[in-house]
Amino acid sequence: MRIVIIDGSGLRATELEEGLREAGYEDIHLVPPHGAFVARLERMAPDVVLMDLGNPSRDTLEEMLAVSRALARPIAMFVDQSDDAMIGAAIDAGVSAYVVDGLRKERVKPIIELAIRRFNAFACMQAELVEAKTALAERRTIEKAKSILMQTRNLSEPDAYALLRSAAMNQNRRIADVAEALITASSLLGPGT
Amino acid sequence: MIPLSIAFLPLTDSAVLVAAKEQGFAADAGIDLSLIKTTSWATARDRLVFGQVQAAHMLAPLAIAVTLGLSQHPVALAAPFKLSVNGNQLVMATGFAVALDPDLLARIADPIATAHDFAAAIGLHRRKPVIGIVHRFSSHALMLRYWLGYAGVDPDRDVTLRVLPPSLMVEALRTGEIDGFIAGEPWGSIAIAEGLGETAALGNRIWQRGVEKVLTFRAEWLATETGIADRLIGALARSAAWCDAPENRATLAATLSAPAYLDQPAEQILPALAGRMTFRLGEPPVAIDDMMIFQREAANFPWRSQALWIYSQFVRWRMMEASDEAEAGAGDVFRPDIYRRALAGAGLPMPGASMKVEGALAAPLGVGTHQSALVLGSDRFFDGAVFDPVDVAGFLSRYDAERSR
Repeated sequence: MRIVIIDGSGLRATELEEGLREAGYEDIHLVPPHGAFVARLERMAPDVVLMDLGNPSRDTLEEMLAVSRALARPIAMFVDQSDDAMIGAAIDAGVSAYVVDGLRKERVKPIIELAIRRFNAFACMQAELVEAKTALAERRTIEKAKSILMQTRNLSEPDAYALLRSAAMNQNRRIADVAEALITASSLLGPGT
Repeated sequence: MIPLSIAFLPLTDSAVLVAAKEQGFAADAGIDLSLIKTTSWATARDRLVFGQVQAAHMLAPLAIAVTLGLSQHPVALAAPFKLSVNGNQLVMATGFAVALDPDLLARIADPIATAHDFAAAIGLHRRKPVIGIVHRFSSHALMLRYWLGYAGVDPDRDVTLRVLPPSLMVEALRTGEIDGFIAGEPWGSIAIAEGLGETAALGNRIWQRGVEKVLTFRAEWLATETGIADRLIGALARSAAWCDAPENRATLAATLSAPAYLDQPAEQILPALAGRMTFRLGEPPVAIDDMMIFQREAANFPWRSQALWIYSQFVRWRMMEASDEAEAGAGDVFRPDIYRRALAGAGLPMPGASMKVEGALAAPLGVGTHQSALVLGSDRFFDGAVFDPVDVAGFLSRYDAERSR
């Protein structure tokens, strides 16, 4: 069974490809949705096409499926139109699948399920990455604000942090936001303050 | 507050939905409106068809195609409210446009002459011209086909129509992947502002009051959730009036330019809203009063005759076989009955009929309504054709020679 993954970003597609290979599928191809990707796809004659639901080139792909003479059999979206839960899960995860008509749904279902799991895992990973980056940036901001307080008000490190924390609590703001405001104010006042 | 999700594409004609949320019309109606941005019509369609949203901003022909089973999973859709009228332009790369009338005003004002010039330009071009369309089942593509067909151009043979998402049109024009495109604003204005092309034709000069985007529901949902649907339609009617008011245009352009919506500069969005179009970089803007219509002339009323016109074009271009069943099914997608029910107490002019002969008004005309006075704008097709919705077969017979080719 030939599976084509259309994806421009790389990382998520690689994740999905790895998952499929681990599950024993071998005939897998990655195609970025640029330029003449439709012609490439036509030559490959895939049985299953997987694509990110958020990919703006979905209309281009569907047009190809509608007019293609090379792909003799029509291709339909989703395996089992009656399986609402699976369709909902696929849309939530951002997976769209086009499957050659006539392919038994038991053969395709595991592929879609795997794609849903991998897409979800990838989304979590991205969210964690963003969170980690934000946390790191905030820690740096707080460190910088502390050192400003330590220098200008001759405070120890724990006292500087306590001051930031009480200011945040009084203003009902996050410590990182108070620290950010302090850094901005300090840069406006200039050196020597 | 009742939560309600609507899928939309980042286009200027999503304005009525965006203003309904941002100006509080939806909240006033007790609706907590979530607008779900999608980047392809396929995804907006799937979200609607599979119930991930309650409604969608949709190409009118696509709503009909889904209902008739021409676009993936068939589901009966219902369009009780048009979100906009007009707003499209055909932009061609400068290298192609040199073969058209250099006088831009004359070029735009006379689509008959320009269609013939365009046909000649196809032969002069270094390759078969590639024209970007946003979807096979889009009003723009049908208008382009209609215009080219008049000059003897077979759009399936003499040009290559390539489907691209609107947001990628400008880049495709830059790289030479396409020689031009027809799309909704702001994409034409952006391509022109970047000096990549110039206006070859305006949608509203091909059909003065063409049908564009519609608010689409699943027919089944609409039949059961009548209360919520009516409140939403009421809120959208107030939003549409707000969008049409000249004093709100600058605010509307600024709102639409936000990252959550179009994510494009307000100065590229404003010209189509204000009807001041620049046809080529460096030329002074030209007043096009009916560039985009959101509410006046009962623009939101879903004329059944316009759904039937779309069906006639599907048959003409061999996208489907003609049948009485399909004709009725296409007409049933537009729901003037629900428009009337939802807006019965809104004090808006309410057309008495659900169909009209399309293309019959050469000048604005006051028509009979159940409430206040309604003046319909001139709605001519550029070739002077009239479409009588009670005789679709008769209308189609004019294309017999063309269709048997």
